[in-house]
Amino acid sequence: MPFMPVKFNLQRRVKLAQGLWMLYWFSVIAGILIFSLGIFFKIELRKRSEMMDNNESHLVPNLLILVGLLACGLNAFGGKVCHDSLDPIKFSKWKPMLKTYLLLCCGFNVLLVLVSLLCFLMQFSVYLTLAEGLSYAIRFYKDTDTPGRCFMKRTLDMTQIEFHCCGNNNFRDWFEVQWISNRYLDMSNDVVKDRVLSNVEGKYLMDSVPFSCCNPGSPRPCIQHHLTNNSAHYDYDHRTEELNIWTRGCLEALFSYYSSLMSSIGVFVLFAIILESVDMAGLKYLSTALETMAEPENPECESEGWLLEKGVKETFSDLLTKLKTLGRTNQVEGGDAPEANT
Amino acid sequence: MALLPVKFDLKKRVKLAQTVWFMYWFAVLAGVLVLSMGLFFKIELRKRSELMDNNESHFLPNLLILMGLIACSINVFGGKVCYDSLDPDKFAKWKPMLKTYLVFCVGFNALLLVTAVLCFLMRIPMQFTLAEGLRNGMRYYKDTDTPGRCYMKRTLDLMQIEFRCCGNDNYRDWFEIQWVSNRYLDFSSKEVKDRIGSNVDGQYLMDGVPFSCCNPSSPRPCIQAQMTNNTAHYSYDHYTEDLNVWKRGCRDALLFYYGGMMNTIGALVILVTMLEASVTVGMQYVHSSLCNLANPEDPESESEGWLLEKTVKETFTDIMDKMKSMGKGIKVEEGEPVVETVS
Repeated sequence: MPFMPVKFNLQRRVKLAQGLWMLYWFSVIAGILIFSLGIFFKIELRKRSEMMDNNESHLVPNLLILVGLLACGLNAFGGKVCHDSLDPIKFSKWKPMLKTYLLLCCGFNVLLVLVSLLCFLMQFSVYLTLAEGLSYAIRFYKDTDTPGRCFMKRTLDMTQIEFHCCGNNNFRDWFEVQWISNRYLDMSNDVVKDRVLSNVEGKYLMDSVPFSCCNPGSPRPCIQHHLTNNSAHYDYDHRTEELNIWTRGCLEALFSYYSSLMSSIGVFVLFAIILESVDMAGLKYLSTALETMAEPENPECESEGWLLEKGVKETFSDLLTKLKTLGRTNQVEGGDAPEANT
Repeated sequence: MALLPVKFDLKKRVKLAQTVWFMYWFAVLAGVLVLSMGLFFKIELRKRSELMDNNESHFLPNLLILMGLIACSINVFGGKVCYDSLDPDKFAKWKPMLKTYLVFCVGFNALLLVTAVLCFLMRIPMQFTLAEGLRNGMRYYKDTDTPGRCYMKRTLDLMQIEFRCCGNDNYRDWFEIQWVSNRYLDFSSKEVKDRIGSNVDGQYLMDGVPFSCCNPSSPRPCIQAQMTNNTAHYSYDHYTEDLNVWKRGCRDALLFYYGGMMNTIGALVILVTMLEASVTVGMQYVHSSLCNLANPEDPESESEGWLLEKTVKETFTDIMDKMKSMGKGIKVEEGEPVVETVS
């Protein structure tokens, strides 16, 4: 008993072939979209790789690029087969390859499921990389004269301005590091000497933040220095002041950006999986309909198409038996050799 | 003697019609491009209209939008005519309208050229609008509690960050106005009272700039306050320091941005004009070649197509004569009643 059989006459076959051809071209476009999403994601990771300590994993974008290219190729081939399917001479050229092609498509769908899962799971890895990278970034903010780190200040400033964030978890992270280079500190000054001596590591710490933490939406000019000292500024209470500097941490801001990007890509890959499955089912119906024509010479005869030749259980047990016989042949071959020797 | 005559047989006519049809579809895309450029320019002007004192002229983007719409419609019509031109029955439907259509196309092309020239010239009024708008913008920076101006601070800060500029001509413009609101000044403090007393208008002036003037590429943390006082900061010389705040003035930055946009749009409109001119020429050839079939019944007969029926001089004199006769016709109509009453 074939699984989900459908009867076809010439008109229905023609309609199926045409509809499937159009669907394959949509799938090619979907493949191109996946490819470009992979490239976009790769570029976004590279742009901010300094924030992630140049340590970020490029697995997901590379997989997306590969999968996009594969999808384009497979679907273009499928479209060509559909286009030729109504001409018996051209179709006989493709007939022998169809079984392998459908198996390949199955495997490709499994790969797509894996990629989609990775898109959702790798967000954890991105979070951890960002947390570590940002803490290093804040520490190296002042090293504008150290080769390899001299652009960290600019990158971090631009990130804070662009993503509307300040510090790693919040603005107080800036109170714990020295973010002014020693070159611009007057070490002969008493105030400077007091501050440097006031902590174990000899760092010049202060309750100030860089200018990039300032919120342009604040009604008053930005207060960057002496943030926790209410008396240093007129009519200022640091506990109730909300609009002065960005209150969000850059870890949260960057992570929400990347996670929404990855989630959208994951959802789109799921959509592509559905599209591919529909393509596969359609092609299976088309190929079986063309193979089971009652009179091969008469193109207008009736035929039957199906998804699986036998029921699901029978196909499954067939597969298992095949695998077992493969295993047994190996064993027999292994047994034959000692027999041949003796 | 026709101007630039070309002989056509059936094959050549078919090829010409197909090519011109194809070109008309490119011209439709070009019309859509002009329309979208007009919309984009309008949106960009609106985005920053606060900085131009809500006074900017929307003449140019509106003209571009209108031109784009007209271009789309006449090119679609032209494409349809070309498509029908190979079928004598369908073409007979369009034949009488073609002469007026071609004259209209020529007029439209001239208008497109004027639009392109305007794109390059409108830079000048924009300069004045920007200068005045930015000056007012800076004056209203501190008025974050005045309705209608409360977002000026944010707009100006975001603009200085985005365009990497400070002040109108340079950062010293901020020294000449009070950009800190009175609500945040402690009037009981001696320092504040000194500063206010030190100038005629009673404004709190200082040699400091807002944070949005800061340059993130500077190796040292931003120096915003007491900028002209070298002793206030360690190892600082305000004459030689050029990475601390943005050096460029916002008027120059915005003018460069809008000027570049208008130049690009102007160049694209010139290209679109050339495309339109070529499709008009093509259509004229299609029209003249189909009107001059040696044997009207036989579609395969030879024919001749031209750009103008007579030479340029003769066509010009013809037009002048037509206009004179139209003028005389009006005069005669006015004169006639006089003749009747006399006789």
